Amino acid sequence: MSRISQCFENLKADGQTALIPYVTAGDPEPWVTVPLLHALVDAGADIIELGIPFSDPMCDGPVIQKACERALKNDVSIKHVLEMVKKFREKNSDTPIVLMGYANPIEAIGYEKFAELAKQAGVDGVLTVDVPPEESTEFRTIMDANGIDTIYLVAPTTSAERMATIASFARGFIYYVSIKGVTGAAALDVAEVSEKMAQLRELTTLPLGVGFGIRDGKSAAAVSEIADAVVVGSTLVRCIEEHAERMDELPAAVAGLLAEMRHAINARDLASA
Amino acid sequence: MPEQSVHDYYKTFPDERGHFGPYGGRFVGETLMGAIFELEQAYEQYRNDANFLAEMDKDLSTFVGRPSPLYLAENWTAKLGGAQIYLKREDLNHTGAHKVNNTIGQALLAKRMGKKRIIAETGAGQHGVATATVAARLGMECVVYMGAADVERQAQNVYRMKLLGAQVVPVESGARTLKDALNEALRDWVTNVDDTFYIIGTVAGPHPYPAMVRDFQSIIGRETKQQMQAINGKLPDALVACIGGGSNAIGLFYPFIEDESVAMYGVEGAGHGIETGQHSAPLAAGRPGVLHGNRTYLMQDDNGEIVETHSISAGLDYPGVGPEHAWLKDIGRANYVSVTDDEALAAFHELTRTEGIIPALESSHALAYVSKLAPTMSPEQTMVVNLSGRGDKDMHTVAAMAGLKF
Repeated sequence: MSRISQCFENLKADGQTALIPYVTAGDPEPWVTVPLLHALVDAGADIIELGIPFSDPMCDGPVIQKACERALKNDVSIKHVLEMVKKFREKNSDTPIVLMGYANPIEAIGYEKFAELAKQAGVDGVLTVDVPPEESTEFRTIMDANGIDTIYLVAPTTSAERMATIASFARGFIYYVSIKGVTGAAALDVAEVSEKMAQLRELTTLPLGVGFGIRDGKSAAAVSEIADAVVVGSTLVRCIEEHAERMDELPAAVAGLLAEMRHAINARDLASA
Repeated sequence: MPEQSVHDYYKTFPDERGHFGPYGGRFVGETLMGAIFELEQAYEQYRNDANFLAEMDKDLSTFVGRPSPLYLAENWTAKLGGAQIYLKREDLNHTGAHKVNNTIGQALLAKRMGKKRIIAETGAGQHGVATATVAARLGMECVVYMGAADVERQAQNVYRMKLLGAQVVPVESGARTLKDALNEALRDWVTNVDDTFYIIGTVAGPHPYPAMVRDFQSIIGRETKQQMQAINGKLPDALVACIGGGSNAIGLFYPFIEDESVAMYGVEGAGHGIETGQHSAPLAAGRPGVLHGNRTYLMQDDNGEIVETHSISAGLDYPGVGPEHAWLKDIGRANYVSVTDDEALAAFHELTRTEGIIPALESSHALAYVSKLAPTMSPEQTMVVNLSGRGDKDMHTVAAMAGLKF
């Protein structure tokens, strides 16, 4: 069983919802990332989504765009990102890591080479936001062969027919994009998301994560009501931006924000247990 | 001769998922996939619809001024002493460039799809103006994304768009140029996907854009073929066009692809010289990758990050190129070459003085290559160069090169 599946099994047994923070690797400085990841785990992260910086992040809003720009100022490449994962694994062998990014930096290394390096580093899953399932057959085959889960997105605009196709390709968990828009754009509508969750559960037994538009403990708790995992990104990245000049305080500040969400989710999980 | 037969080219490319060999495809976030399928379906429905085509033909004739003339540049031909040079006068179109051929088609499609709002990206502002023009005429809301650096460089076109009722949004992210405007337009589209139609200005983006924009621009090549038959009773020996994204070039080339006797030359912007790295010639010096919805040749660093480009002409200043050009390069059907800023500028002055036609700096790249190619050909041979736009918009750039300011 993959580390991601194991993680969801354990949480399910405890009646808990997974909390998945997103941060961009190397933002604002490369050395901050590994201590930050450990702090996030201490604050209650179950899985970590680590962004690979890209020069043209067309699916992201301004907050994550700027994070990419900060990281790229230090020339943070995939190889650096994988070194960070390797370093993280020296002290943590349980928390799954999902790399999130765009196709081109991965294509620049080559699928085979990337899979080999990612596996060595201890990566568990990969989500390429600009590669829909139709274009990812080769990528998925290579990731499968290396035991790395390919995570796919489902959006509010995804047709029922497509949902079924995506469900059949998906590994690890399915990531539901809760709003029409870019990351960090608007608040989500829980009722609307709930409907889609029900539709997806008819098609898959994989855990369902929800991201985009989760900003605080309240919205995190509301989503944990209907999803198996809550993904939070821009809110944390904004906090990183605010602490770019005070990096010694950064891991604790970001972890503090995540801890708030963790508490809100736990309180909700307990109440419904 | 092509390395691969192009006998069945039209039947074969693109495939049903928009691939030209390994290039093209649909590389967008899941949220946009529905909109892309919707567009593809609408395009398939209307591309052969008699009413749609009649409406488009009428607009192209009475609003744009087509067919555009095919002009024999006698003075320049005599001066160069080689092949007879014909200019396909897209510069005479309404709004001053070939861009409007495409915006007319896409706007009519948007109308039929019931979309109320149009968005576009623009570099030099020509596509933005052509989009704002059709939006004004159809009474649709129009938002144009433009890199903040280009907004500063192209103040006159920004004002034209505003006069036409469009909202021009300066894009401050990244390099603040065309590629960033494209990113921002895609972000708008994903946010307003229900009521918004994205008019892409070149033969890039996710399928069906490269094929659809090519089809709308192919009027250039179809007319050229007829005009050459009428004038000379035969096909031209060579075609020459500049390449940014490549829409004017593919528009000229496409109807000739299966006519293997016709040589094709696409001319990229070599900027300060390919060796300096400051250019916009992905086919000459880039390698395949994925950006803005398709796989194609890109200017990128070893890590796969897109690098900043340079060209004297804002319309060529883009790190990618249409996927069909990538494929035509690989199969050897078209030749891709490049000329520097200085060579383009010299050709700009040359045409202006010898023929009394002031070309756009983009088109001047094609002209610069003609001045190299024509003398190597015989006077019995003919070539057609796409004069894709007029130079009015470039007055301040050219004046600045001469140390003048308006």
